Amino acid sequence: MSNMAYQTYMTDELGPLPFCPGCGHERLLRELDKALVELQLDPTNVVIVSDIGCIGLADRYFTTNAFHGLHGRSLTYATGLKLGRPELTVIVLIGDGGCGIGGAHLLNAARRNVDLTLVVANNFNYGMTGGQHSVTTPSGGRTLTTPLGNIEGAMDICATAIGAGATWAFRGIGYDDGLAQRIVDGIRHPGFALLDIWELCTAYYLPRNDFNKKELYNLIESTGQEVGLLADKERPEFGAAYRQRAAEIPKGKPPIVIEPAFAHSLERQKGIVMAGGAGQKVKSAVTVLARAGMLSGLQATQKDDYPITIMTGHSLSEINLSPDPIEYTAIDSPDYFLVISEEGLKKTRSWIKRLAPSCRLYADDGLELPDTEARVTRLPLAPAAKEVGRLSNGVIALAAMLQEAAMFPMDAFEQAISRYQKPEIAETNLKAVKKGVELVS
Amino acid sequence: MPRQGIAMGLEFIEGNEAIVRGAIRAGCGFFAGYPITPASTILEYMLHLLPAEGGVAMQAEDEIASMGLCIGASMAGRKAMTATSGPGISLYSENIGLAIMGETPLVIVNVQRQGPATGSATKGAEGDIQFTRWVTSGGLPMIALSPATVGEAYELTFRAFNLSEQFRVPVIVLSNKEISLTQESVDLDAIELPPLVERRRPADGEKYQPHHFETPEQVPVLSDFGGEHVTQYTTSTHDKAGYLTADPGLIQEMIDHYTAKIEAATDDIALFRHDPQEDAETLVVSYGVTSRSAAMAVREARDRGKRVSSLTLQTLYPVPERAIKSAIDGVARIVVPEMNMGQYRLEIERLAPDGAEVIGVNKMNTTLISPDEIIAEGGLL
Ligand SMILES: Cc1ncc(C[n+]2csc(CCOP(=O)(O)OP(=O)(O)O)c2C)c(N)n1
Ligand code: SF4
Ligand SMILES: [Mg+2]
Repeated sequence: MSNMAYQTYMTDELGPLPFCPGCGHERLLRELDKALVELQLDPTNVVIVSDIGCIGLADRYFTTNAFHGLHGRSLTYATGLKLGRPELTVIVLIGDGGCGIGGAHLLNAARRNVDLTLVVANNFNYGMTGGQHSVTTPSGGRTLTTPLGNIEGAMDICATAIGAGATWAFRGIGYDDGLAQRIVDGIRHPGFALLDIWELCTAYYLPRNDFNKKELYNLIESTGQEVGLLADKERPEFGAAYRQRAAEIPKGKPPIVIEPAFAHSLERQKGIVMAGGAGQKVKSAVTVLARAGMLSGLQATQKDDYPITIMTGHSLSEINLSPDPIEYTAIDSPDYFLVISEEGLKKTRSWIKRLAPSCRLYADDGLELPDTEARVTRLPLAPAAKEVGRLSNGVIALAAMLQEAAMFPMDAFEQAISRYQKPEIAETNLKAVKKGVELVS
Repeated sequence: MPRQGIAMGLEFIEGNEAIVRGAIRAGCGFFAGYPITPASTILEYMLHLLPAEGGVAMQAEDEIASMGLCIGASMAGRKAMTATSGPGISLYSENIGLAIMGETPLVIVNVQRQGPATGSATKGAEGDIQFTRWVTSGGLPMIALSPATVGEAYELTFRAFNLSEQFRVPVIVLSNKEISLTQESVDLDAIELPPLVERRRPADGEKYQPHHFETPEQVPVLSDFGGEHVTQYTTSTHDKAGYLTADPGLIQEMIDHYTAKIEAATDDIALFRHDPQEDAETLVVSYGVTSRSAAMAVREARDRGKRVSSLTLQTLYPVPERAIKSAIDGVARIVVPEMNMGQYRLEIERLAPDGAEVIGVNKMNTTLISPDEIIAEGGLL
């Protein structure tokens, strides 16, 4: 021992440990200290993350880094620390209370398999707040908050974590001789390691329940839970796997920057609405129009609306094109309105009724439109799309509109398709442009 | 007559992409988030873009974990960000307090949607303004920036990182579905950014205390976990060394410090645009997407011969009081349009001189407030 650089990782600078006489936490911390001495880690590279509760008082009695966060959330900080700086050794001290309120984090840490060591100081109740029952209070156990005796069942922390995918799990009691070595094993395990250590809260659980430390094993047995090393498997550690994959992926594509190559004829902002159905490529057709406008020196905004259940119902896109910066993006009075399917019509029926006479409305000729003051142009979109290719209704309608509106050259629209759409899609859409022009010529 | 456009080299991107690009430009190295419309695409862009930048982006199990992961990563030396919407901000609350307590740099994006509760997932709102100010227990000052455009979403996210590192605090970017999910033509490269602020770490061999300051407004240097110094972090009341304390004097000293470091810098943090008009009787104070309608309303009123001034705020908290007071000076009426039932108006009302009338133009039905509504309800004509 004497030639070791670190004889202990605990300090008495802050005085003795703050626990009640006989509290199991003290013994557990001494075992953790022994484990750290065995490992001889550089204290600046070790973080003890502690949860809330009496066990949460522990971290600062160590000469390592200490992180004391919110109740139940210790595993989340530990995960962030480890992923932020993979060379850290991160050990989490949590109570049975923390395992309850932070249950989701326990499941996900086990599942995710980040290289952390979780030590549960399991004393079957909330010590710090006066001995209320926890998720591990055995059935029939007496606590401050179970005046009728505990009617709820006890959670098996190891089985729960193993069920969630924990690769290493151990259960024992705080008075075991070999505990320090078990903690060493847990820390050395390259993944999530869990030690569920049963111990005594001498202030609350012990006096209310008739047993002693010798009977801790009997208590475990009475709950049907197992002791010893309960899992020891290999599975890729999350951080290492992440870094390996990240190193292999190429940098993202550079952004599409559009420089004007055409002229436009707009004097003011124009609002265009296209209403169609799910899967009709409304959104992407309207984006093509926006890009064509930008190729012609215009500014654009686009908003899309569709149900959360994306493959059903309407798909509505609103686009503004303007020679000046666009401020108000809502389209209260559309200049152009395109309805290409029944779903789109259903969604916009009341809007269509309110359209002003100045609005040009292009509608599939199979649709039954409500009364409207807008100037209506009927287009045989369904047969045209059948001829050109599936999902081309939107581009056909936009090309027809653009041919009449002459906001900018049709060339710009074609360029927006051929430059920014995938070749297969562009091929169909270029035909759709020709078709749309034909429909209004 | 064909006109040559004014636009040069523009991208067509939504606000959430701009937020992610601003974050990466600022050196964001860690992101964790939980899916929620209208913030989800921030998570998606991050998951795609951050790995190739050497960063880590992950989907957390819930919003509490998003915050916990980011706080851990930030304390390990990474610039960290998370993003959510109203329901998630509710779950962030306790950890925002922790980040204040531990003096943790962190950027939090709130893409506001119609609330309360689940509200309308896909509809815009500005309903979380006072919620941002009082987001966690204790009531200490917050920094919050509110973009009005896709370009500002980029710029203010970048600035949020700077402020979070400079003041060691969580900084909230208050976006809105109307910006985050709207695609706009924008030239991000043309946006002028301030110099990048890097975390101030202790000098080599310097004795280190995680919360050391000489005067209360001083921002302590920060040594990363895993850095040269053994360090401690705690959610509990603590002294400058990071040790738990129950000493009322020491506790008050830390509270004064958390408060002073932001309040003393209020003028430096203040971002706003004042567009005054001589002898104006009316001032329009606006922020966020609504400020775009406000700008149009003000122009229209001026075109019709009315004298109206405009103040647009990018910094909402700490309240840029000097800018507001100076803009208010001499006007008789202050119009405050907001997509909520009158939240920032409370700040204006307390700063308005006696006799000045403060008029709210308020709507919370998921649609944008139009310039016409501001003109009519604000009595601009
Ligand atoms: C969010 C939250 N809820 C409740 C509390 C109050 N609280 C403090 S300690 C504790 C229980 C701790 O019990 P356990 O984790 O078993 O640790 P022990 O005290 O037994 O070591 C609770 C509920 C808190 N700090 N935070
Ligand atoms: S209350 Fe219980 S857990 Fe807390 S220190 Fe005392 S004995 Fe230990
Ligand atoms: Mg306990």
